[in-house]
Amino acid sequence: MAKMHIDKSTPASEITKGGTIYQAGNAVEFKTGDWRSMCPVWIEEKCKQCGLCFPVCPDDAIPVNKETLNREDFNYDYCKGCGICSKACPFGAIEMREGGKI
Amino acid sequence: MSIRERLSGNEASAIAMKQINPDVVAAFPITPSTEIPQYFSTFVSNGQVDTEFIAVESEHSAMSSCIGAEAAGARAMTATSSNGLSYMWEMLYIASGSRLPIVLSLVNRAVSGPLNIHNDHSDAMGVRDAGWIMLFSENNQEAYDNLIMAHQIAENSNVMLPLMVCQDGFITSHSIENIELIEDDKVKEFVGTYKPEHYLLNPNEQIAVGPMDLQAYLFEHKYQQAEAMRNAKKVILDVADKFEKMTGRKYGFFEEYKLDDAEIAIVCMNSTAGTTKAVVDDLRAKGIKAGLLKLRVYRPFPVEEISKALSHLKAVAILDKTDSVNAAGGPLFEDVTSALYTQNVHIPAVNYVYGIGGRDTTTKDISKVFEDLQAIVADNSKIDNPYRYLGVRI
Repeated sequence: MAKMHIDKSTPASEITKGGTIYQAGNAVEFKTGDWRSMCPVWIEEKCKQCGLCFPVCPDDAIPVNKETLNREDFNYDYCKGCGICSKACPFGAIEMREGGKI
Repeated sequence: MSIRERLSGNEASAIAMKQINPDVVAAFPITPSTEIPQYFSTFVSNGQVDTEFIAVESEHSAMSSCIGAEAAGARAMTATSSNGLSYMWEMLYIASGSRLPIVLSLVNRAVSGPLNIHNDHSDAMGVRDAGWIMLFSENNQEAYDNLIMAHQIAENSNVMLPLMVCQDGFITSHSIENIELIEDDKVKEFVGTYKPEHYLLNPNEQIAVGPMDLQAYLFEHKYQQAEAMRNAKKVILDVADKFEKMTGRKYGFFEEYKLDDAEIAIVCMNSTAGTTKAVVDDLRAKGIKAGLLKLRVYRPFPVEEISKALSHLKAVAILDKTDSVNAAGGPLFEDVTSALYTQNVHIPAVNYVYGIGGRDTTTKDISKVFEDLQAIVADNSKIDNPYRYLGVRI
């Protein structure tokens, strides 16, 4: 089956029957970050790269560099602002701010 | 040559299912449809079908199993009545919303309470907006024929909607009547093999059925369902044509019985149509131009066709075997009068709620309706109260 793209402008005549999804692994296309009402902010200078934050993220929204194994800034496309990483951080390097935006 | 038999409505339905030989049957017993899975399970035990019979613990699970099986790519069937259908309610919407052409044999019975095991249409009418195609059957022959036609309608790629075949509990389901069965091989050829375009057990295409469908998408999917229901009209007639070629038995959206030149007529569904035919014959012998429109296809509702068929009448009575308890008439009355209004057909119309909880509806009762219609015509179409009852002690 050819790769299909369905978005908010797709008419009923072109959308799949019953909402069936014909391609595996497309959850990545669903940007759940806009659900966020609290926003984590990474304060790089306080971060010791201890590695305690990214394993507790329920949504893989803290990318880790494959070579240095250091964490990078949040992937706000998927971070829902749950704040677990902020609680896990022993150094106060993740601050939670009101609102969905940084 | 077809096979002449004498069978109850339940036996006829079970035999239709045997001849269809579906991949999965999941059912839970409930009066008066119990015999359908009972007979069918003997066919399974005797090796007369290849079906996987799932003896579930509830109707909710029966429909859920059918949904799983159908989504996997199998042909799934079930049977139920009354509160069993009510218990399936949640899953009926998931079946139609996921576009799974499951076929259900519904033996109509009053929905409790108070508790009653006898026939009326409150079960079917409670799910009339669930997105299922709904066919009604006057007798065992029609219950059988409708089931044989069901998969060809439901599984059509322009339709892909679940379908239920209704028959009256006890009156049809437990009465033994003559019937003409179709030979096994002919049924097999007619019904064909279910070849879904997309299904979960296809190793070459990983799909997800029934995913989250929020504000941006559900509306479009519901519109698609509505379109499919509109498409079903043509498919139902095409399948009926094919069926007529095989059996000689003709089916449409409805049967018009002496309606062409009728001045007064009754609209009803299921077994009461048989009683009405007897009364129509009596009245015709007396020179009274009475007629009947027996609706077979309730969903999709044939708006234009029904309006046209009734347009020449001087008065019509629409019989509902359920009370909507809404101070505004039964569902069939509402659908018929709404159809007439939108088609600009203005004829005097009255509603009778009748036969609730298996209350016997005799030729005497139906004669009373025709007398009332004659009185309306004689009284310059004056109708004091269109919302009437037949056979209740007031």
